[in-house]
Amino acid sequence: MNADPLRIGFIPLCDAAALIVAADHGFAAAEGLSIELVREVSWSNVRDKLNIGLFDAAHLLAPVAIASSLGLGHVQVPLIVPFNLGVNGNAITVSPALHAALAGAAEGELTDPAVSARALAQVVARRREAGQAPLTFGMTFPFSTHNYQLRFWMAAGGVDPDEDVRLVVLPPPYMVESLKNGHVDAFCVGAPWNSVAVDLGIGHILHFVSEILTRAVEKVLALRAPWAEAHPDKLAALVRALDRAAAFIEAPANHDTVAALLAAPHRLDVPAEVVRRTLVGRLKVTPDGAVRASDGYLLVGRAGAPRPDPVQAAWLYAQMVRWGQAPMRPHLLAAAQAVFRPDLYEALTGRIPETPVGAPADGIGAFAGGPFDPADVAGHLAQWSIARKAPGS
Amino acid sequence: MDTFLKIVIVDENPIRAAILEDGLREAGYVQVVRFEEMTNLLARIYAVDPDVVLIDLENPSRDVLEQMFQVSRVVKRPIAMFVDQSDADSIRAAVDAGVSAYIVDGLKKERVKPILDMCISRFNAFARLQDELERTKSALEERKTIDRAKGVLMRAKNLSEEEAYALLRSAAMNEKKKIAEIAQAVITAAELLK
Repeated sequence: MNADPLRIGFIPLCDAAALIVAADHGFAAAEGLSIELVREVSWSNVRDKLNIGLFDAAHLLAPVAIASSLGLGHVQVPLIVPFNLGVNGNAITVSPALHAALAGAAEGELTDPAVSARALAQVVARRREAGQAPLTFGMTFPFSTHNYQLRFWMAAGGVDPDEDVRLVVLPPPYMVESLKNGHVDAFCVGAPWNSVAVDLGIGHILHFVSEILTRAVEKVLALRAPWAEAHPDKLAALVRALDRAAAFIEAPANHDTVAALLAAPHRLDVPAEVVRRTLVGRLKVTPDGAVRASDGYLLVGRAGAPRPDPVQAAWLYAQMVRWGQAPMRPHLLAAAQAVFRPDLYEALTGRIPETPVGAPADGIGAFAGGPFDPADVAGHLAQWSIARKAPGS
Repeated sequence: MDTFLKIVIVDENPIRAAILEDGLREAGYVQVVRFEEMTNLLARIYAVDPDVVLIDLENPSRDVLEQMFQVSRVVKRPIAMFVDQSDADSIRAAVDAGVSAYIVDGLKKERVKPILDMCISRFNAFARLQDELERTKSALEERKTIDRAKGVLMRAKNLSEEEAYALLRSAAMNEKKKIAEIAQAVITAAELLK
C-alpha cells in the first residue's frame, strides 16, 4: 500500500480513542497503514481541513457530518461515515448553586431526567419572577449532539431553550473555567471535562446523556465521499484497524494501556486516571465523591457501537428541523440517512453485529415522547409544542 | 465606501493582531477593533456589529463564531462564512496561512477579497518572522554548546581554541553529524566522567 501517511484530524476527547489506539498501538501498522494524527482546537477547523482536503479523514461530531453533506450552515461537501468512533459519552454538569436549586425544586429523584427537567422549569420560572438573568448553558457546537441533548431534555420539562435560557457555544477546554467563573451555570460536554469539573469541586454531574437517550451516536469517522471512492484499499484498512482498536479498548485488561495512550501529552494531555474512569463508566458525580456507574456511558467497541445506524442520522436530522437549522424535506432526510454507511462497515469488517441486549427497540430510547420512527419524522416533530421553524420552510 | 467596513480581529497573539491591524489601517480601513480576550466573545462582537470578523485558526473560540449563523433572538443580522463553493482557492490559502474570515450576509465578495488577501499575507509574514526568530534562537544555542565543548577539549587536551574547533569539525565530518551534535556529545561525556 502507498506509504503516504493518512492525515487524520482529531479533537482531544476520550471518544478519539479508537483513532489514537489504532495509530499508537500497532493496529494501523498491522493493516499496512501509516496514520498521522493531527490535534485540532476547534470543530470548525476539523470540518474545514477535511472539506478542503488537508485531512483525509476526521474525528467529527456526527451532526457536522450530516450538516456538511446537506450544506447546512456552511459549504456543502458530501461526506460518508463508515464507522462510529463513539456512542454516548456526554454528560450534563451543573454548578453547585444550580444543583442545589434543582434539588430543592425536584419532585422525585433528580437522577430521573423527567424530574430534573421539570425542576429546571421551576427554577427558570422563579428566576424570572425574581428578575434574575436567565440561566446560561454551554455546549460545544451549533451542530452538536450536546446542543440537541440539552434542548431535548429541557424542552421535555417545558423549558424553551431559545426563550427561557441561553445556550452558548464554548470550546470544551474552556467549559470548566467558564463554570468556575460563573459565565455558564451548566454545560453539556464529552469526557473528560465533566470529571475535571467534579474533581475541582465546582460542578455536579446531573446526567449522563445515556439517561436522556439510551443510544446516541456521538463522534464518527468522516471522509469525503469522492476520496473514499478513489481510495478503497486505504478506506478498508482504516476501518478494519479502527474496528480492532475499538474491540481492544473495551477489554478491561487493556484499560490501563488505553488510558496511558490517550493521556499522552500529544494526545489528550490529561491524567490517565480520568480517562480510565470514562472507559469503565464509573464516574465521580459530586465533589464529595458520590459515584454513578453506567454500562452505557461511553460505547466505543461494544454493543455494536461502531456500526453506523441510519436511524441515528434520521433522529439527528429531526433535531435540526425541530430547532430551525434545516427545513423538513423528504430528500434531505434521505440524504442525511445516506451519510451513515452500515453497508460499508459490514462489507469491510465482515461483521454484522447482533442487536445488543437491552438496546432500545427504536434504536434511540429517548426518555420522553413516543418511539422514534425514521419513516415518520413529521409525526415525531408533531408531538412537541416547543419547536422552531427554519427560515423558508 | 469600503474603508468604512467595520472589521473585528480575534487573535490571542497581540503581536500578530497588531501587525494585521496596522496593515488594514495602512490600506485605509479606519474601523478596526481587536479582541485578545475570549471571555463573552459573542456578546462583544454583537456590540461592535462588524461587517467582517477575522480569527486565527489556533483559536478554539472559532467554534463560538459558528453560532453567529444560527437563528437566534440575539442575532441582529445574519453573518455567513466568506467562502462559498467557488472560493476553494481562497479558503485553502487562508487555512494554509492560519486565518479564517466571516462576513455579513450580502456583502459582496469583491469588497472582502482585499481584506482577506491582506490577512493572508500578514499572517504568512508573521509566520516567517517567527520562523526566523526560532532559527536565530537555536543558532545561538548551538553556538553556546560549541563554545562549551571547545572549552572542555581545550582543558582536557591542552589545545588552542582553533585546534579544539578543528577537532570538533573533523569528528562531525567523519560521523556525518552536525558540529553542535558532536559538541553536545563532548559535554555529556565530560559530565559523565566528572
